[in-house]
Amino acid sequence: MNNRKIGEVVLDLKNISLAFGGVKALTDISFDVREHEIRAIIGPNGAGKSSMLNVINGVYTPQQGEIIFRGQHFHKMSSRKVAEMGVARTFQSLALFKGMSVLDNIMTGRNLRMKSGILAQMIRLGPAEREEIAHREHVERIIDFLQIQSFRKIPVGRLPYGLQKRVDLGRALAMEPSLLLLDEPMAGMNLEEKQDMSRFILDVNDEFGTTIVLIEHDMSVVMDISDRVVVLDYGKKIGDGTPHEVRNNENVIAAYLGVAH
Amino acid sequence: MGDSPGDAAQVRELGNTTFPRLAWRHAAERPQAPALREKDLGIWQTLTWHDLKVEVEAIAAGLSAQGLTRGAHVALVGENRPRLYAAMIAVQALGAVPVPMYQDAAAQEMVFVFENAEIHYAIVEDQEQVDKMLEVRDRYPALGCIVYDDPRGLRNYDRPELSSYEGLLEMGRGLLKSHPGFVQAEIDKGSPEDAASMFYTSGTTGSPKGVIHTHRNLISMSTVASQMEKLTSAEEVLAYLPMAWMGQNIFSYAQWLINGFTVNCPESQATLTADMREIGPTYYFAPPRVLEALLTQVTIRMEDAAAPKRRLYEYFMAVALRVGGRILDGDGSVGLGDRLRYAMGKLFVYGPLRNSLGMSRVRLAYTAGEAIGPDLFVFYRSLGINLKQLYGSTETAVFVCVQPDGQVRADTVGPPVRGVEVKVSGAGELLIRSPGLLREYYKNPEATLEVKDADGWYHTGDAGYLDADGHLRIIDRAKDVGKLAGGQMFAPKYVENKLKFFPFIKEAVAFGDGRDRVMAFVNIDFDACANWAERRNLSYAGYVDLASRPEIRTLIQECIEKVNADLAADPMMSASQVSRFLILHKELDADDDELTRTRKVRRRFIGQKYQVLTDALYAGLPEQYIETQVRFEDGRVGSVSATLLLSDAKTFAPAPAPRRAA
Repeated sequence: MNNRKIGEVVLDLKNISLAFGGVKALTDISFDVREHEIRAIIGPNGAGKSSMLNVINGVYTPQQGEIIFRGQHFHKMSSRKVAEMGVARTFQSLALFKGMSVLDNIMTGRNLRMKSGILAQMIRLGPAEREEIAHREHVERIIDFLQIQSFRKIPVGRLPYGLQKRVDLGRALAMEPSLLLLDEPMAGMNLEEKQDMSRFILDVNDEFGTTIVLIEHDMSVVMDISDRVVVLDYGKKIGDGTPHEVRNNENVIAAYLGVAH
Repeated sequence: MGDSPGDAAQVRELGNTTFPRLAWRHAAERPQAPALREKDLGIWQTLTWHDLKVEVEAIAAGLSAQGLTRGAHVALVGENRPRLYAAMIAVQALGAVPVPMYQDAAAQEMVFVFENAEIHYAIVEDQEQVDKMLEVRDRYPALGCIVYDDPRGLRNYDRPELSSYEGLLEMGRGLLKSHPGFVQAEIDKGSPEDAASMFYTSGTTGSPKGVIHTHRNLISMSTVASQMEKLTSAEEVLAYLPMAWMGQNIFSYAQWLINGFTVNCPESQATLTADMREIGPTYYFAPPRVLEALLTQVTIRMEDAAAPKRRLYEYFMAVALRVGGRILDGDGSVGLGDRLRYAMGKLFVYGPLRNSLGMSRVRLAYTAGEAIGPDLFVFYRSLGINLKQLYGSTETAVFVCVQPDGQVRADTVGPPVRGVEVKVSGAGELLIRSPGLLREYYKNPEATLEVKDADGWYHTGDAGYLDADGHLRIIDRAKDVGKLAGGQMFAPKYVENKLKFFPFIKEAVAFGDGRDRVMAFVNIDFDACANWAERRNLSYAGYVDLASRPEIRTLIQECIEKVNADLAADPMMSASQVSRFLILHKELDADDDELTRTRKVRRRFIGQKYQVLTDALYAGLPEQYIETQVRFEDGRVGSVSATLLLSDAKTFAPAPAPRRAA
C-alpha cells in the first residue's frame, strides 16, 4: 500500500490563529501537507478540527497566519478560488440535495467544469449535449468506483446514512480534486460502514493520487489509514507525526485519556 | 413435437463440431449480430460475433504465448463477464479445458480443486479474486499464471505471475500479426471427443469431484433441448447465476453458441432486478430459491400497498390461480366468463406484475436444481409465465427430463428428453442412459465406476418413478428418504419445501429418520419478518434479536401448523407432520459448510453440528443453550451463542378415509 510516492509540500499552514470574538478557536498552528499523502487532523470535541478545515477551505478568515498553497501565498482563501484550484470537501453534516437522485447529486460536483450556458443546457444544443454526455461518463465512473450502481436513480434522502456519506464523497470526487478535505467521513457509521469508507479513502488516494486531509475523532481508524497525523486540543497543536509517534506522544495520551501529570 | 429427421441430422452434425467452431460459424454468418452485452457505466455495451471472434483470437494467442498447451486445465473465477466468456472460448480453441469455479468460494476451498485438477493457469475477474489466487498460490506454488480482467486496486501488486487481460490481448495481437492463421490451426486440431470443460460438483457429501464433459456430450444434449423448445438466435438471456454451475453453462454458454442468441451480463448482483427489466429476457432460468425470493418481495410489497390495490391483487390472483395455468396449457374447457376475468386481471395485475419482475417477454422459463414447491410453481404459471420444470444434474449435462408445452404439472418433471433412457433400479434408484453423460470423473476411476456401470447406465442417487403418463416423479435423494419409527416413509425435502413456501421461512431442516416424530429447524427470512415486525411496531436489534421474538415464533408456528394440516390430508405424508420446532439464531451459511455453494441444505452435517438441539427437541425440553462457531468471509472464526426456545406445534389427525368423508 505504501508504494505510492509522497511528494513535495503542497499546502503549508503557518502560524494560523483564529478567534471568534473572545473565543480562541485556533492558536498559532502550523503544519504542512505533502502531495499524495493522507493527512489526518484529530482531537477531542471542540479542539478546533472543523475550524482548521474551514480555514483551508476559505470559509473562515484567520486573524493571523499565512497559507501557502502550491507556491501561492494567501492571507485568506476564498471558497470559490479554492474550488477552482482543485480542492474539494465533504461535510460532517451532509449537505446533499435530498430530493435529487444519487446521479444528479454527483453531477452537481461537475458544476465548475461545465462550460455551456444555462440556455444552451436547457435546449440541449449540440455542444451542450456532448458536454453533458462527457460529464455523465465521468460521473458514471465515480458511481462504478464507489459501487453504488444500484442506487443511481434513487433520491438521496431515501438512502441509509452510510450510503449518503458515500454519495457526498462521490460529489467531491466529481470535481476531480487534487486535494480532498474530508470532515469526519466516518461519523455515525457502524463498523462495517467504517471499514468500507476506509477502503474507499485508501482507493481514492491510490487510484487517483489525490492528496487527502481528513478530520476524525475515531483514533483507531485514523491510525490505520493516515501517513501523518496532527493532533489538536483546545485550539492548540499538541502533536504531529506518524501514527506511531503520535500514539506514543504523552500530551496526546493525556488529552485523550485525561491523565494527570 | 418436432422429432423430424431434419432435427436428428442437425444433432448428428453439431455433435461433430466443437464450441470454438460454433462461435466461428456465427462470426462468419452473422458478424454484426449481438453476441454479448454488458452493462458498463450505466449503458449496455454490445459485442458482436465478429468482435467476439477478434477478441477470442487475440486472447488465445496471448495465452499460448504464456505457455498454455493442449489438455491443460485453466481456472475461471468471477461473475458473468463477457471477457470470461471470451476467455472460455479461447481456452477451448487451444484445446485446453476451462474449469469454472464458484466466485464466492474461499481460497482454502479452492486449493483442493487446484491440486486435484493440476491447474497452472487462472483467469479471474478482479482484485478480490486475485487476492484469493495469491493465497492459493502460497499453498500450491504450481499456479504460475494469473490473468485478471479489472485492474482496479492492483496497481501496486508487483508479482511476476500476474498479468492483465488487457496486456494479454496486446501480446496476442502482436503475435497474430506474424502468425495470422495460428488460432484457426489450433481449432482445426480439436476433436468433438476432446474434453470441453470440467465442473466440480458441489457434493453434499465428501470432496468435490471433477466432471469431464466432451464437446459432443454438451453440444448434442443442448441441441436436442434447443430443438424441443424451438430456440432461435433472437432469444435474450440474462447471465446471472454462477458460471461454475452446470446449468448456467448450458443455458448461457452451450445453448448460446449453438443458437447464436444474445447473452446479457448485468452490471452487478445488486442491480439485477433493474437490469432484467431493461433487457426483458425471452428465455429465463431460475433455481427455486430465486423464484422464492421474488415471490417474497412481491408479497411484502402487496402487504404494504393501500387497501384497494391489495384487494384488487387478491381478487385477480384468486382468478389466476383458478384458471391461469389452464389457459396457459391451452385448456379449451375454461369458460368465457373466466377468460374475460383473466383478461381483465392481465390488464390490471398480471401484466404490470410481470413487467416489474422483468418477465414481460419471457417465452420459456425453466426451474431446476432443486424440487420446487407446488404453490410457488403454480403462482408463476398462473401469471401466464411459461415456467417449466426440468430434471438433470452436472453429470448428465442437465437435460434428462423436460416438461413439454401443454404437459406441465407441478408434481412431475416431465418425460425423458429425446435420446435419453430412464429406468428405476430394484432399490428404487433412478438410472439414466443418455448421449450427455459425463465422460468420467477426473482422476477418480472408482467414483466413475460407482456411478456409471458397464452398460452405460448412470446412477443418479435420486429416488423416483415414471408414472402412468411416462412422466418422471422425483421423491427425494435416495439416501435421504428414510422411515419413521412407525414404518411410514419420511421424505425430509418434501416437508422442508412445504415450509419454505411461506415468505417468512427462508430455510428449513426436517429430521425424523428412525424417530417416532418429525422435528424441524427453521431459518426466518429476515426481510419478510422484518417487514412484518415493522408493520406491527415491533422493535428489534438485528437478526438474532428478531429471530428470538415471541411474536415471530407465533408467526412461524402458524406457518408450521398450516403445513401440518396440509400433510394430514395426504395419506402418504400424514405421519410427517412437524410436532416440534425451533428457530435458529443464525442463518445457515455455505461458509460454515451448512449449505452447499448452490445453497442446498446439508442435512446430515447440520444434524451432527446441532446435535444438542435435535436431542433437546426429542427430549421435549423447553429450551436449550448452544454455542456455535461461525466463519467470516475473510476466514476469521468467531462464535455465537444463544439460548433457543423449543416449541410444540399442533398436529392434526390424518385425513378421514374416503368412505367416511362421503
